[in-house]
Amino acid sequence: MDKTNTKNVNDFCITFSTINGSGSATANTTLMRALFRMGIPVSGKNIFPSNIQGLPTWFSLRVSKDGYLARVEKDDIVVAMNPMTIERELEYITPGGLLLIPDDFKIPESRSDIHIYKMPVKKLVKDSDVSPALRDYIANMVYVGILAQLIFIDIDLIYKALDFHFKGKQKAIDSNFTVVKAAFEWAQQNLIKTDAYYAEKMSRTDGMIMTDGNTAGALGAIYGGVQFVAWYPITPATSLAESLTEYLPILRKDANTGKDTFAVVQSEDELAAIGMTIGAGWGGLRAMTSTSGPGLSLMTEYIGLAYYAEVPVVIWDVQRVGPSTGMPTRTAQGDLTMVNFMSHGDKQIVILIPGSINECFEFGWKAFDIAEQLQTPVVILSDLDFGMNPWITPKFEYPESVMDRGKILWEKDLEKFLEKHNNHWGRYEDVDGDGIPYRTVLGNQHPKSGHFTRGTSHTEDTGYSEDPEVWERIFNRIKYKIENGIKLLPKAISKMDNDAKVGIISSGSAHFAVEEAREQLKNQGIKTNYLRVRSLPLGDEIREFLEQNDQVFVVELNRDGQLHQLITLNSPDMAFKMIQSAHMDGLPLTANWVKDQVLSNSRGVK
Amino acid sequence: MNLPTLAENLQNVNKVGLSKAEYRGAPSTLCQGCGHNGVAAQIVAACYEMNLVPEKVVKFSGIGCSSKSPTYFLGRSFAFNGLHGRMPSLALGAMFADITLKGIGVSGDGDTASIGMGQFKHLVRRNLPLVYIVENNGVYGLTKGQFSATAEKGLELKKQGTNLYLPVDIAMEALVSNATFVARSFAGDPKQLKELLKIAIAHKGIAVIDIISPCVTFHNHENSFHSYSFGKAKEEPLHEISFVPARDEITVEDFEEGTSREVTLHDGSTVVLKKLESDYDPQDKIQAFKMLAEAQLKDELVTGLIFINPNVANMFDLYNLPEEPLNRARPDQLRPSVESMEMVNNLMF
Repeated sequence: MDKTNTKNVNDFCITFSTINGSGSATANTTLMRALFRMGIPVSGKNIFPSNIQGLPTWFSLRVSKDGYLARVEKDDIVVAMNPMTIERELEYITPGGLLLIPDDFKIPESRSDIHIYKMPVKKLVKDSDVSPALRDYIANMVYVGILAQLIFIDIDLIYKALDFHFKGKQKAIDSNFTVVKAAFEWAQQNLIKTDAYYAEKMSRTDGMIMTDGNTAGALGAIYGGVQFVAWYPITPATSLAESLTEYLPILRKDANTGKDTFAVVQSEDELAAIGMTIGAGWGGLRAMTSTSGPGLSLMTEYIGLAYYAEVPVVIWDVQRVGPSTGMPTRTAQGDLTMVNFMSHGDKQIVILIPGSINECFEFGWKAFDIAEQLQTPVVILSDLDFGMNPWITPKFEYPESVMDRGKILWEKDLEKFLEKHNNHWGRYEDVDGDGIPYRTVLGNQHPKSGHFTRGTSHTEDTGYSEDPEVWERIFNRIKYKIENGIKLLPKAISKMDNDAKVGIISSGSAHFAVEEAREQLKNQGIKTNYLRVRSLPLGDEIREFLEQNDQVFVVELNRDGQLHQLITLNSPDMAFKMIQSAHMDGLPLTANWVKDQVLSNSRGVK
Repeated sequence: MNLPTLAENLQNVNKVGLSKAEYRGAPSTLCQGCGHNGVAAQIVAACYEMNLVPEKVVKFSGIGCSSKSPTYFLGRSFAFNGLHGRMPSLALGAMFADITLKGIGVSGDGDTASIGMGQFKHLVRRNLPLVYIVENNGVYGLTKGQFSATAEKGLELKKQGTNLYLPVDIAMEALVSNATFVARSFAGDPKQLKELLKIAIAHKGIAVIDIISPCVTFHNHENSFHSYSFGKAKEEPLHEISFVPARDEITVEDFEEGTSREVTLHDGSTVVLKKLESDYDPQDKIQAFKMLAEAQLKDELVTGLIFINPNVANMFDLYNLPEEPLNRARPDQLRPSVESMEMVNNLMF
């Protein structure tokens, strides 16, 4: 087969196959950063095991001149550093693709349609003066150098990436870069390029940064004024809390007193994490916790109390594959219906679903405003794909609105309130007609400020009551409060394509596959409209979108079509229009899959 | 809230100008004769005598008969009645809002010694400044009489038959978890209970008081550990206790030379322990373990101040919190400056 394909510039996928714990993350991120600094859009997907050392792990680095950030199903270039998985790697390489392989591995013969480059990994590492203890980690720098030479990645930018990674620690930078350079020069002298893949500088990443959703969410929370964090380690949410502990001391020390305007507690479990968070939220602090499915399952009882007792808290759910332990290191959008209905009894849970890294930041601060305005728990549904993978994204933008603490009465406020309202204030009394009562918080020294908060049935004045009328009045008022509060939530974003009659609805990280699929469909003559849901309870715009389309694909990363289910409940008379396009195998969705859904299920409407 | 009568207003106001009535709560809805009502009455008395301002106190509880009782004292204070066994986490988060407040948590044996065991012990090991009261009756009252984890082996209850398992000793659990204050008392001994409550309130860390509080409806058999008759007959006070507030001058009558021991608390107040039979030192942890183990063997109800260490940093000491309560921070103190945004973006790659 002819190996010399047409020249491919900046539109390919590189997969690095390594052994978990071998330090490949540094090498892979370094290459991604260098390509990013070359101005080329890149995205990275870690496919890693729930293990610290020894199991196979992959990192797919997509280079996309058009700026697509979704996962792709095929590899153009494979760097195979794990002898156990080579056969599997070969299945994914496109014809004309590259295989980089250490020269002491058995060289596969099954693919004559690919370019194979042998790398003298052991020799190059041995020739460097790196101490034997570090050799395994440094070995990955060999492929960094060889790949840079083969596809023309700027080696100076590799240096810059290492400088950033090692925070300027010269010894670490040098020991890595020496190997990169040696490998780069070895490839220059010894390899003859037979393939057609090229990285070329462009300027599509100007003004962008590289980060991940958990860092973005943590920073968002810090700009949202988070004061109290309780958390318990769980993949893939751990790095959100760890980012808080990293950045809070930098950003939230009072300049005058040197004191912290925050407190972080690692709790004994998720039952305690949510209890602490609700206690703090009730006390008048901006309080949050971060967790994933199993942790959230444990938190549900307390969240029900917070809903009924009207306590503002923010809960991040960085979703992974469930139920049960499931696949802790793989991504999913499988917690949506669980969160929507969580805890016993009727209720509405306010859910925010960021669809970009910038929205992880934005919803990170906005969630506190919403929680305090509506005096209710707010759950942010992120996922492992956002949370733990590196993303390029526009710079974070400072919150556009001032902090809104909602209806809190301090001593003087309460005094004025009493003057205005016949000397009476009830914690659960709706005086403004918006369903939102006024609250006082701990430490208020006004003798009328104290009140008794409970999960049992209570009157407007917080007294215990089993009166049927009282229960229903309070409970319906809470329902109205949330329904009336939908206007405070981020609206779904729609993109209409003229006269298109096929619609796609998605949310969260599924967005990237949909965005790319729409372009592919358009190239095949199928125009689509698109709606990205950003919050629940659903607003009127969902129904309007359904009305405007003849058929609507609801695309999501779970088995049962959970968003489809909730939209069906919301607009049952529109159910006939919707097609469930749900799929979940632990990997992020691809444009190809979304496109096939539309092509194979479309009812002949174009 | 019960308003003070005119007569009460004219007499007997404390140093903060409040009558005892202003420390009361709503009338109790527990059974008549319930030990918990006696505990509530002593909390009222202790807070009144300690001159606490009700707005400076915050109350917490979990689920069960005991956890209803915060309604029956300090009606003016903020309170949060949380979930079963999860009062500790709730209290921890809330207390961070304003660390100048005094916290009083009321739990029961069902609440603390079963589902709540983990949170109880973790709160203790963090040394959160909180008076942690366990109203311990060995039975689930609100669900009409099942065994709790503190019920003694062999106890017989009407519907349940015989208890097969050994009991949890709450004071021992607290001690094992490095509590800085452990006491045990009996709801039928108001004098001792009030003094212990005062010491607990003055203590600057976690203060666990296991109060044997008989359930008159489901569990008040003649010989059972958690009954009035057993409590009265088998109660073995370690010593007589008096609490001397920091501001009060200590008079000679308060203790007799050679028979008493003093412990100075963080705020300068002192605990005076009058010797009874043994020379018990509540600052000796090994002795405390031994005493509790021996009491278990002898089936005795030893009451008093079992252990106190006033010199341990509490949870808030471990944080760098501002003097002004955290929940009074202004938005400009909580949101980093506009300029910082560029710095943060530069921290990313």
